[in-house]
Amino acid sequence: MTTPRTYSEFSRPLWMRLLLTRETAVIALTAAVVVYSLATVPNFDGPLTLKFLLQDIAPILLIALPMTLIIITGEIDLSVASIVGLSSVMLGVLHDNGLSVPVAALIALLVGAACGALNGFLVAYVGLPSLAVTIGTLALFRGIAVGLLGTKAVTEFTESWTDLATATLGSTNIPVVMVPFVVLALGFSLLLHFSTFGRGIYDIGLNDEAAHFTGVDVARTKWILFVLSGVVSAFAGIYYTLRFGSARGDNATGMELQVIAAVLLGGVSIFGGRGRLHGVIAGVVLIGVIASALRLERVTVNVTNIIIGLLLIASVISTPLLSWVATRLPRKAPPSEEPTPPKQATPAGV
Amino acid sequence: MNLHSNRAAALAALALSLSLLTACGSDDSGSDSGSESGGGGGDVAMTMLPKNLGNPYFDTSTTGAETAADEVGATIEQVGPETGDDPAGQVPFINTVAQQGADGLIVSANDPQAICDAIGEARDAGVKVVTFDSDTNPDCRDLFINQATAEGIAAKQLELISEQIGGSGEIAILSAAANATNQNAWIEMMEAELESNPDYADIELVDTVYGDDQDQKSFDQTEALLQNHPDLKGIISPTTVGIAAAARYLSESESKGKVMLTGLGTPNQMRPFVEDGTVEAFALWNPGDLGYLAVHATQALVDGDITGEEGDTFEAGELGEFEVGADGVVLLGEPFTFNADNIDDFDF
Repeated sequence: MTTPRTYSEFSRPLWMRLLLTRETAVIALTAAVVVYSLATVPNFDGPLTLKFLLQDIAPILLIALPMTLIIITGEIDLSVASIVGLSSVMLGVLHDNGLSVPVAALIALLVGAACGALNGFLVAYVGLPSLAVTIGTLALFRGIAVGLLGTKAVTEFTESWTDLATATLGSTNIPVVMVPFVVLALGFSLLLHFSTFGRGIYDIGLNDEAAHFTGVDVARTKWILFVLSGVVSAFAGIYYTLRFGSARGDNATGMELQVIAAVLLGGVSIFGGRGRLHGVIAGVVLIGVIASALRLERVTVNVTNIIIGLLLIASVISTPLLSWVATRLPRKAPPSEEPTPPKQATPAGV
Repeated sequence: MNLHSNRAAALAALALSLSLLTACGSDDSGSDSGSESGGGGGDVAMTMLPKNLGNPYFDTSTTGAETAADEVGATIEQVGPETGDDPAGQVPFINTVAQQGADGLIVSANDPQAICDAIGEARDAGVKVVTFDSDTNPDCRDLFINQATAEGIAAKQLELISEQIGGSGEIAILSAAANATNQNAWIEMMEAELESNPDYADIELVDTVYGDDQDQKSFDQTEALLQNHPDLKGIISPTTVGIAAAARYLSESESKGKVMLTGLGTPNQMRPFVEDGTVEAFALWNPGDLGYLAVHATQALVDGDITGEEGDTFEAGELGEFEVGADGVVLLGEPFTFNADNIDDFDF
């Protein structure tokens, strides 16, 4: 929908083009790993697998939604895990001081929005590089979180709320947290793939100057995305805190890398301008399934990390490497005019 | 993005999935053979989950646990987070134990509350859960294997110093921070014991100083103690940082062998000072025994010999019989004494 339409793209029927997308490849790989694990990994077919898997990946799924949009604009938000930690601490401290869980959670969401607004202001309106800004706020937000609680943890939460965070829908094994996730995923899909705002996001990623001249409010778009990222990260922090019943300053340390890894694995270009949400969701699920299956196989975390790391590198390398190979191969039906891919050579941002 | 690179990407993904499947396949065969040897005789399967991996202290507990598992015919596997003390890092492993429907889980909790829900789910799946070293809230687990009580630690240190100084003379305490909860509790108990126990009538506690668990400060405080109290015969340092710093000072001073030093330390830190005669003996618990006892307790729970009620008793191999105390706590016993004869048996 947003990739440049070239002669060669139209040379195959629509269904074939859909089957050959990068997102389809990730989904197929995920399905293959699931089927293989069901068949061979002991206990992977048990009733608890789906529940634990979805509970584990829920925060990453949530944060990956706004992260995808931010990376498509060519920016990045490295402070998300620190916002998770800060909202966790806010929820804990406020609840400890007598506020009910919903009120404390609402304030934590507002704090998340404020964090995102700060990131967005510095990136969009001051014009600083998001990599530098969010490395700074990664340290800043984490520092505040740890500073507020020290090495202590708040573990006394109203039981009905912690129960809700670990509950499943009816008699299924689907955690309740999937409901807000599905709602948000639909919302972000509509925003990215079916709105002018979303068109603008791709345009910014391809070339933000050109986007500006076609009437996209580049700064406002970026600012809104960082605020969304802050709010969703804070929501993930609230879920994380209630799921484990523990508010700590060091909660979710390093989660930003898991999120970004999944987004890139899902086919989003780190240079911006390319990527789709269903690919990203498949990317998160793929990493979660691999980790879950390998844990059941009693493979150590180091090995799991090595496998996921190699998978990510391979997926990132595969695109430029294979398109380079493709240009060397003789084409079956060369177009009369060689179309120049408009994006490839001009990485925006980062 | 043209068709060629899309197709190429799909091919790459396919290649990746194949290599991944191969990798899984080889892991799978390894694990199969493992569970055959383990599961053949209907053996009990246990999982050991320390706070983190690669920690010599927990490696020692796991070695003890493996010895006990061999004795009772159970299989035991160590899993855990690579680093840190993040409670969330332990939860996926507890979940995995629930999925596998293992018989027993032996865990050192990174947080008294955070892992409780996961433990609850494991127990619902029929897993017996025993904590060791660091407990969860008592209602979360079946049993807690406690390494030592405050009373035991206080009594042991007095016993050691009294032996080493021949039952009479001036002693001092080099503690951690002035507001350190554990150390203060032990010091209070030691003071009370010195007052009341006739065996210690000739021992006088002349000073308590604080090294804040900093190596240099503890070192300086040791020096000050020796200058301020020329007749000092012994120092108790109930903290691993303090005792190592004090030993380092003494080993280089002329008081070496004249002023005795004991307290709580780890064998690896204290080895050179025991070897060069600065320190005769010091105390801590034996993490190996802790793991050993935890496996026997888990086995007794799985076999249904005990339910974790107060007053239940079970046999723990060479450690003898143990009784479950209040709140489902099993006490390993009094602290373990490390000296020149046994220190080389330990590596933590």
